[in-house]
Amino acid sequence: MKLTLKVWRQKNNKTPGEFKTYQADHISPDMSFLEMLDVVNQDLIVKGEEPIAFDHDCREGICGMCSLMINGVAHGPKAAITTCQLHMRSFNDGDTITIEPWRALPFPIIKDLVVDRSSFDRIIQAGGYISVSTGSAPDANTIPVPKPDADKAMDAAACIGCGACVAACPNGSAMLFVAAKAAHLSFLPQGQAERHQRAVNMVMQQDLEGFGNCTNIGECSAVCPKEISMDTIARLNRDLIVASLKGIEPTLQPAEAKAS
Amino acid sequence: MTGVLTLYRTSVGKKVIMALTGFILVGFVVFHMYGNLKMYQGPEVFNAYAAGLRELGYPVFGHEHLLWVARVILLASVVLHIWSATMLTMQSQKNTFANGVSGMKRYGEKKRQTGYAAYTMRFGGIVIFLFIIYHLLHLTFGVVGYGPGEFKHPHGGEFEVYSNVVIGFQNPLISGFYIFTMIFLGFHLYHGVWSMFQTLGLNNAMYTRLLRGLAVLVALAVVIGNISFPIAVMAGIVGPAA
Ligand code: HEM
Ligand code: SF4
Ligand code: FES
Repeated sequence: MKLTLKVWRQKNNKTPGEFKTYQADHISPDMSFLEMLDVVNQDLIVKGEEPIAFDHDCREGICGMCSLMINGVAHGPKAAITTCQLHMRSFNDGDTITIEPWRALPFPIIKDLVVDRSSFDRIIQAGGYISVSTGSAPDANTIPVPKPDADKAMDAAACIGCGACVAACPNGSAMLFVAAKAAHLSFLPQGQAERHQRAVNMVMQQDLEGFGNCTNIGECSAVCPKEISMDTIARLNRDLIVASLKGIEPTLQPAEAKAS
Repeated sequence: MTGVLTLYRTSVGKKVIMALTGFILVGFVVFHMYGNLKMYQGPEVFNAYAAGLRELGYPVFGHEHLLWVARVILLASVVLHIWSATMLTMQSQKNTFANGVSGMKRYGEKKRQTGYAAYTMRFGGIVIFLFIIYHLLHLTFGVVGYGPGEFKHPHGGEFEVYSNVVIGFQNPLISGFYIFTMIFLGFHLYHGVWSMFQTLGLNNAMYTRLLRGLAVLVALAVVIGNISFPIAVMAGIVGPAA
């Protein structure tokens, strides 16, 4: 396959970036999208140019490192997969492909296509956990979990924290991520004790990081490689309403509350 | 401050305020459309309806008391609805305009999932707001859209809203404006009614189709009902009192 790539190149967060056009002439349809970029980078290195920086790790769709807006769609044209699982056979010979980083204020660009998603980590630190006493692990099945709840918790827990939802959202909202991370705990007995505090803290941290606000548009769920459902967002909303009725205040540590 | 009064602090809380006030406003437009259907029953019935609104709850409530309660609630709802929408829009735009990069607009930004309605909420909201102002100046105060002496203010407990509506809608430009804005109201309601339940946490995969259906129903009823009034006047179906 022969392809024309329009790639966002940016030295760092301080320097303005721009699209650069590259020719990729020896691409096999069996390559993954990231392998295609590897090939392009090999060429660039041989020519003595700076290779294109992009994020990746597992390359099997489970780690959440890879990203990329491909022709304006997060993780590319295929539903329910990450960029690393996207194959070049999904494109046609002669196509021009535009490749960009996730664009959102709380995801500052580190270089080219690599963005800093540690705002997600701070949202998790604000409440995306359960507090357990240390000691030996409790016996399995001491706390019964109904099968339907376990399934829903697992569906929500499938979120790999990639950030596609933010990139796709016209409001730059992180609600799908936050809601998935709250829901996989709130479906389980172990998650109940801190359930409403968690909702308040995570939503508050999301706001502090500068994410936009959800208008129930649904672009997030459409691009999510793990098909996280908008139901999780309704659930988080409900938890936040109950929390305010109970008068629960956010308990963010000053260090966590520091917005980037 | 505790409890519900803290809702305004978070983005989700502001949306809850938007949903609750939206619920009140939806109730109003449905009721308003239903009430206006009385114009098809002729001037006596329609004018009596206008007079009756002032006597709502009589004899428990005094003249115009309940009406003023409703007006205060509606005005507060409109103010809070617009306030939360503005705050949340500003929060989102700060993020998406900055883009964390060069100030460049998102490239391509393909729209995949959602329809026109969800994307025009803000625009539609502004159109409806402008409409409300015009509409009050028009049919309530009679200061726009009428020739001298054409608009009849209430006099001694008598209401002439029937003739006001007929004369008002005989102007095709004004009727056209009403019809145009009602289409945006329809889109606003179609996304808004469903979205309200999602925001209040009352939606899930099982209910979502039901709630979409409800939204279609509300939007269609309000739009078709409201659009029928100017059309009926222009077509002569609702004509000047004999
Ligand atoms: C084409 C459709 C409509 C017609 C024919 C219509 C007609 C009227 C009339 C005749 C009045 C004066 C009633 C009175 O003084 O007793 C009125 C008042 C009002 N209308 Fe409408 N209306 C329409 C659509 C709407 C819509 C869509 C909204 C809101 C989004 C709206 C909001 C109001 C408000 C806020 C008042 C003032 C109520 C009060 O007296 O406090 N109307 N309308
Ligand atoms: S919700 Fe989906 S799109 Fe968002 S971070 Fe998780 S896996 Fe990625
Ligand atoms: S590289 Fe791990 S999910 Fe794509």
